[in-house]
Formats: sequence, structure tokens, C-alpha cells
Amino acid sequence: MTAELAEPASKIELPAHIGGGGEIPSFDVTLRVRRYNPEVSEDATWDDFKVTMYGTDRVLDALHKIKWEMDGSVSFRRSCAHGVCGSDAMRINGRNRLACKTLLKDLDTSKPITVEPIKGLPVEKDLIVDMEPFFQSFREVMPFLINRGHEPTKERLQSAEDRERFDDTTKCILCAACTSSCPVFWTDGQYFGPAAIVNAHRFIFDSRDDAGDMRLEILNDKEGVWRCRTTFNCTEACPRGIQVTQAIAEVKQAILSRKI
Amino acid sequence: MSATEIQSPRSAKAPAAKVGSNRIAPQYRRNGSSKGNFEMLAWLFMRLSGVVLVVLIFGHLFVNLLVGEGIHAIDFGFVAGKWADPFWQIWDLAMLWLAMLHGTNGVRTIINDYAEKDATRLWLKIVLYAATTVIIILGTLVIFTFDPCPVVNGVQLPGGFCPAP
Repeated sequence: MTAELAEPASKIELPAHIGGGGEIPSFDVTLRVRRYNPEVSEDATWDDFKVTMYGTDRVLDALHKIKWEMDGSVSFRRSCAHGVCGSDAMRINGRNRLACKTLLKDLDTSKPITVEPIKGLPVEKDLIVDMEPFFQSFREVMPFLINRGHEPTKERLQSAEDRERFDDTTKCILCAACTSSCPVFWTDGQYFGPAAIVNAHRFIFDSRDDAGDMRLEILNDKEGVWRCRTTFNCTEACPRGIQVTQAIAEVKQAILSRKI
Repeated sequence: MSATEIQSPRSAKAPAAKVGSNRIAPQYRRNGSSKGNFEMLAWLFMRLSGVVLVVLIFGHLFVNLLVGEGIHAIDFGFVAGKWADPFWQIWDLAMLWLAMLHGTNGVRTIINDYAEKDATRLWLKIVLYAATTVIIILGTLVIFTFDPCPVVNGVQLPGGFCPAP
């Protein structure tokens, strides 16, 4: 297979007759990738890769180019590559982002772009972390509809206003960018984390759900919502623009108003 | 009721916990759920005591530093005069207790957030709670047993604030 076939369709070639503006500027950029392979060494190292990329390329395209053309051992997760599946959350220039939603031209290309695995979860290899602790917290808040009424013969109806109440938190794609940006989670990984609270919020404020009290009780834990220090790292990290800190605050309010 | 049978995987008895815990790295496992509302009450106390402390502290600063002769009036006699009044005794007592508990709770959360080992946490908290207890008891004693006219071996100490003989 030639390198040209392996190259993803990142360079958009417009025919010349369209006239002007078809040329996409290219530039050289250095990616500084955090490498870790426990079969070789316990120590993580930095590897620099210099690649020529185009103005339409994302960090993910650069990682593809590195993996497909320069060093096939570079490991990272990605599935849909279009910001929907949430597989490729990583720490790019010290901020949690999706590699598939971060355009290279939006970063400072005069300096090496650092790409690390998300923090606070055990690294398995290079940019791949063990997501199991993250999903365990997600499972613990029971992220599914619990309804004690009779099974309806038709759909469960809901007013537009009731649907709007939790609209923001339905957007979560479980990429772990928020939880792994939280300094409280970094310390010992015991905190439920913003993502679990966001997904609890999605059902707590759903008028069709009957188990809000159970979820509030779960999040009233000493590792629950009260460990949130409102640093807003999660809100800033969320690739879907969910107001995560606000959702956590609403869950706090709900617990308080239920108890007092 | 069937719905109450739904158990959170967090409960150690739930079968789901066993499935999950085999796959989860040991340092991430939580030691069972915590009962009670301590963390909620601590969170609430921080906000309420903070609001009250703003009033108490700025009132304190205003009365001590700005009213009348201001800062130049502060001496032993000034303090003795204030603590002769139950109003200021209660004010200062409230300020002492709220500030100490507010600060202690703040440092407690910092220890929880930054200490990585349970043993480190335990020792830091022992030191913290010991220091808090000593300061609160000592401060409370000072406010209520304050003697404006200290006499040692029948001799008045200089600076005392004694009634004219």
C-alpha cells in the first residue's frame, strides 16, 4: 500500500477552474506525543514528530499521519473521528479536548503541540487510558429510565418545557474530558466526577423518571457532589459545551431542598 | 414494590458491583457508601458561616479601627472595656467559633483534596483538629474569664484596668 493511499482525505483538492481560494495553506508542525509502553519501560517519554499538515487538518489527522506513515506503534483511541463517539479525548497543549474537533490552525503551531493521555486514569499505552473507573462511576448513578407507573401502551409523553429542563445534560458523549480535567478526581480517583453527575442530572430532572431520590442519595455520598470545588475545569473541557458546573450545582440544590 | 429492588452498583451486595470491581483498578474502588449528611452539612455551614463572618469581621474592624479615635484607641483598656459588655463577648465568641470552624473545614477539604495517602490524611487531620480544639477552648476561656484588673501576690500588674480604690 502506498503512502498516498493511506493518507486520509485531509487535503481537499479543488480543481483549478473553480478559480482562486482552492489552495489550502500547508505548514510544518511538531507534535510532542507522550509515549508509554509498559512492555518496554515503566517510564513515559516524549517523542517529537514533525509533519506537514494543512489548514483544514485536525490534531487527529496529524496523529493518523504519524501512525500511518512514521511510527505505527503510536497508540490512541478513535472511532467516528467526528466528535460524536467521544473516543479520542486527550490532553492537547495541557487542555482536555477531542483530537477530532481540534483544528491545528487554532493552536500555536510555532511551538511543539503536546499530546498526552487524559489525566487521573491509569495509562495503558501511549494515549490510551483505562476508562473502567470512569464507567464504574457512570453505572453507579443508574443512567437509565426508572418508572414506577404502569407500562404505557404508547410513548411516554412529556411537555416541551419538561424536556428542556435537562436538555443540556443529554448531550454528554462520555469522552471523560470533564472528569479527567477535575483536580479533585486527579488526587485519588474516588470522586464520582462531573460526567457521572451530569448523567445523573439528565434523569433526576426528567419528569418521566421516578428514581431521582435514589440518585440524589447516591450523590450525597462523601465522594459525591460535595467534593466539587467549582473550579469550572469540567465546563471548559466539555467538547459538547455542556454547562457541567451548573449541572453539578443544580444537583447540590436538589439534594439540599430535599433534605431541608 | 418492584422499583425498590433496583440496587445501585455502588452497594457492595449488588451483583453488579462484583462484576465491575474485578475490572476496576484497586485504587479506584470506593470503600462502600457513606451514610449521613455530614458532607452536605459541612458544605452548607461553609456558605452560611461565610456570610455571617463577613458581617462579624467587618463590624469588628469598623468598631475597632474606625470609630472614635480609631486605631489609636486600641490598648488593654479598650479590650477590657469591650469585654465588660456581654454584647461584645457574644460577638467575639461567635467570630472565634465561626472563623475557627470555617477555617478548619476549609483546611480539611484541602487535606482531602491534596493528600494522596490515607495515613497522610489521618495525621494531617489529627494535627488540624488538635490545633483547632486548643485555640477554640483557649479563646473561649479568654473571653469569659478575662480579668481587667489582674492582681498577682497582692500587687496590681501594670497596664491593668482597675476601678479606683
